[in-house]
Formats: sequence, C-alpha cells, structure tokens
Amino acid sequence: MEEAQKYVWEGAIPLQIHLHESEVTTLPTPPPALILAPRIGYLPLLVPQIKPHFSNALPPGSPDTVWFDYNGLPLKWYIPTGVLFDLLCAEPERPWNLTVHFRGYPSNILVPCEGEDSVKWSFINSLKEAAYIINGNCKNVMNMSQPDQVELWRSVLNAGNLEAYVRISSKLKLGTVGDEYADGGGQGQVKTGRVPVRLYVWSVSEDFDDLEDAPQIDSWDKISYINRPVEIHGEEGNYFTLQDAVKSILPEYFPNKSSTNEESSRDEDENEQTVPSEEGEKYLSENVESCYPSDNVEIKLVRIQGIEPKMEIPFSWVVKKLTNPEHYLHICVCLKVPQVL
Amino acid sequence: MGTKEEAQGTLSSTDFGVAASAFILNWNTVCSSFPPWTWVLSHHQVEGYLSLENMLLSSTQEEHGELSCPGPGIHSHQEDPIDVDDATLVHTNPCKVHYYDLHIIYCNSYRVPVLYFRAYDSDGEPLEFDEIEKDLPAYSKKALSDSKWTFITQEEHPYLNRPWYKLHPCGTSEWMKLLFHADDALAKTGVAIELYLVAWLSVVGHVVGLRIPFEMMKQL
Repeated sequence: MEEAQKYVWEGAIPLQIHLHESEVTTLPTPPPALILAPRIGYLPLLVPQIKPHFSNALPPGSPDTVWFDYNGLPLKWYIPTGVLFDLLCAEPERPWNLTVHFRGYPSNILVPCEGEDSVKWSFINSLKEAAYIINGNCKNVMNMSQPDQVELWRSVLNAGNLEAYVRISSKLKLGTVGDEYADGGGQGQVKTGRVPVRLYVWSVSEDFDDLEDAPQIDSWDKISYINRPVEIHGEEGNYFTLQDAVKSILPEYFPNKSSTNEESSRDEDENEQTVPSEEGEKYLSENVESCYPSDNVEIKLVRIQGIEPKMEIPFSWVVKKLTNPEHYLHICVCLKVPQVL
Repeated sequence: MGTKEEAQGTLSSTDFGVAASAFILNWNTVCSSFPPWTWVLSHHQVEGYLSLENMLLSSTQEEHGELSCPGPGIHSHQEDPIDVDDATLVHTNPCKVHYYDLHIIYCNSYRVPVLYFRAYDSDGEPLEFDEIEKDLPAYSKKALSDSKWTFITQEEHPYLNRPWYKLHPCGTSEWMKLLFHADDALAKTGVAIELYLVAWLSVVGHVVGLRIPFEMMKQL
C-alpha cells in the first residue's frame, strides 16, 4: 500500500467544538467536544459524534440543520475539513476551536445541507467532474454498480477502509499524469492531460514574517476559489513543477509570456464591460495584460494536505501522492500582491 | 472554435468570450425593450460571465408564443382572494411579480456554459424553490419530478459566495453536438462560435421560461 496515500488518508485535525452560547440552556455550560476529524472528511459527517455530547444542553424542539463557524465565519460544509483548516488557520491552531450551531442556519450564505446525503451527493458530483476532466467523460462513475457505490462512500465516510477505496477507485480508471511518473527519478513518459485542481487563493498586500501576524480571514469574499484544471503537455511533463502548475492556473497574476497574441490586447477596465465591436473581438483572458507585473506578485505560501511542499517538486508527484478521494487536488495559496487601488 | 471542440459540443474559455460578445450584441439589438445582458469581470479573476438582471419571466410566455414586454397581462401569483375571478385566466397583481437574475458562467471542467439563476419578488425577497417551480413551464415541472435527473440544484455561485440555483451541465455537450451537426449551414460557414450561446440558451432558457426570439438566430 502506498505510504503516501496512507499518510493522506489517515491525516486528521484535532477539533475542540463549542456549542454556540445562544443555544446553551443548562448551567454549567457543557464542555467542548474533542473530536479527531479526518482531513479528507467533511464537517457534517461528524454530527453523529457531536450531537450526543450536547443533546442535554440544547433547547427543546426539533433543531434546524447543523452548521459550524470559525471565529464567526460560517464554514462551507462541502470543502474537506483539512482544506478548511489549511486555509483559515495560517498558523495552525491545535486543537482547532470551532463553534457548532443547531439553529439559525444562514441560508443566505450557506448552501443547504441535509446531513450525510448532501455531503455524499456533493462528493459524487466532484468525482464525476474529476472523471470528466481526466477522461473526457463520466461514464465510469455513472456506471458504477450499486454495491460499489455504497462501498466507495462507506470507505470515505470518516476515512474508513483505505483498501476498499483503492480497490473500487482503481476500477474507475482515473489515473492522471502522476501514474506515469516512476518514483525515484524515473524516466517514465508523462502523458498529456488535464488534472483536476481546486485552488483557494487569499491575497495580502503587506508582508509578514510570522504566520501569526497574517491577517485573519473574516469573509469568504477575501478568498478566490478557482476550480480550473491544470493542463500538462507531454514533453514538458517531466519538468513541470508545482510552481509551474500554480502559475498556470493564475494567468492574471502570472501571464504566460510565451503565448502569441493573435489579436491586440487592450487596456482593460476591470469593471463592467461593454461590447467592444461588431467583429466579436476577443478581449478575454489569454490576451489580457496582467493587472500586476509578475515580478511584484509573490507566492508566499502553498499548502496541500497540511504540508508546504517545495515549489520545485514535480507536479506529477504532488498529484500522485496528495489528491483527495474524489481525485481533486486542493491547494491553498497565499499571494502577496502590490496594493490594489 | 477548433473542429475537435465543435465536434464535441464544447468550447474553450477564449471562445466563450467571443460567443458572449456576439451574444450581447445580438440580444441588445433584437430585444432592446428588455434588460440588457452585460459582461461582468469577477473580482481578482480574468474570467468573466454574462449577467441579466431583473428579468420578468413567466410561464404565460408559452401561451403567447413570444417574449412579451413587462407590463399588464403578466401572470403572477394569486394569493389575495379578492383578486380571484373565475372569468379570467390571467390576473395582474404587480406586488406578486417575480424577477430573475440569470448568470451564464463558463465551466472549465466540462468546457460548456452553465446557467445560474435566482428569483425574488418585487420587494427583493428571495423566492423559495417551490415558488420558482410554479413559474416554470409545464414540461420543466415534469422533468423535475423525474427523480432520475435532478437538474436544478442549489449550489454556491462560483464567484459570489451565495447559494444560487444551477442547471446541471452534464449532458450539455451531448445536445450541443446534435444541434450543430443538425445544421449544415452552421457547420460550413464557421460562425458556430458566434451562435453558440444563442443556440445554447434557446434550449436552456426554456427550462426557466425564457424564450429566445427567432430573430436572434438569423443574426449572422
């Protein structure tokens, strides 16, 4: 069994979960629940462990849907727990202090969640999307037998059975560039293809030396969520580093200088666009000048599965070792950018 | 749009921009009495999307067979018993009119556009799905009740950090492929990109009761 896969599968975050003060009806206040949360899992899946701990303290009447917050920020339940932690705790906090709510679901901010079924649906959808990115179709996922589907989900649920997961997942034939790359500096041919990646980017305009001094993320608007596959072209595959990959999906910060401009680039107005001309001239992405000269933008931090890999590491290694069970690579990035006017 | 993509019914991010530009021009010319589609650049990203806001949509458009301007005659929800009148089919009650915001956002994974929408009443209060369902044309309601294919879901808007309703993209490339192969003229003249969104929205828009006037297909 792959050592790295086991490491990822077994990674966990110690949580200290407090009941929101507005929902406490007993004295003394119930002590927080201490839970070890799998990195590859999701917060709503922990509710069966958490709820009994607080059931005595809850007010009577049937509860609303459960939700969590960190320092007042409602947590998006469909993001894996490990990713939330890597993103929101610049300086890792152990245990991680979260607040649980059984009432007052913020449905204007959070997408509805009906417990395990919602999480499973979201997981399977991400798996389908990853399959489409890798193979150009979702057939293998859609055609999974019922018993396989059940076992796949059960193996993921609270990071249970890795063996079962590997067995079923390999039937889906979702190998990407990583699989062609032999360990220990092999000469394997890396194939051309697309790799499913989800990037969570937060930008700072001032430097900081210690992560403790990094500004707190108090709103999801401060994070750019980028769900964009990384494209790897065969010949460059062996030399394509993690840094290359991150830069390739942030063209607005790191413009690809080698791309030829077939049409003129224009000075862009960052706000609402009016239609430029009858010819339907391209005025999008690849031909747009970066808003920041690339030497002023610095990648300050890249975190994947709680580790900060060296940027020169071959990307195919990262893909092979650090993806989540739905075959997505989740990368948290902190960028230092010049002050935006 | 490369022939490979054309054959698959998908399009690249750059081509989406081209298609969007052509679409905006087309719509704003043909449907000048309606709210305009605009191109919005998302914060910190080069990617943009198409936005149509405050559009009045109703299922009576099916009965009229064409887009009608907002005004008297728009069907709206009847909840006030005083207005109930057995003799007429369509009532106007300006307080119960429903507005829609539509966003067409490019999906990098599936390489097709995706429709996101939200609805609210004249007070700006967001509508629940069961109220939106009443607005939908009859065939959409039927498709929705078929549990094999739940195609309208509530998901997070890719840029706005709020829940919006979304029309599921899987299968889009399949029927777009059919659309383009069915029309020889489209395939030969190579104006496929410019018309991609008109064709796409003429199918997808039906789900929410948005009719694309035929004149838009003739704009080449």
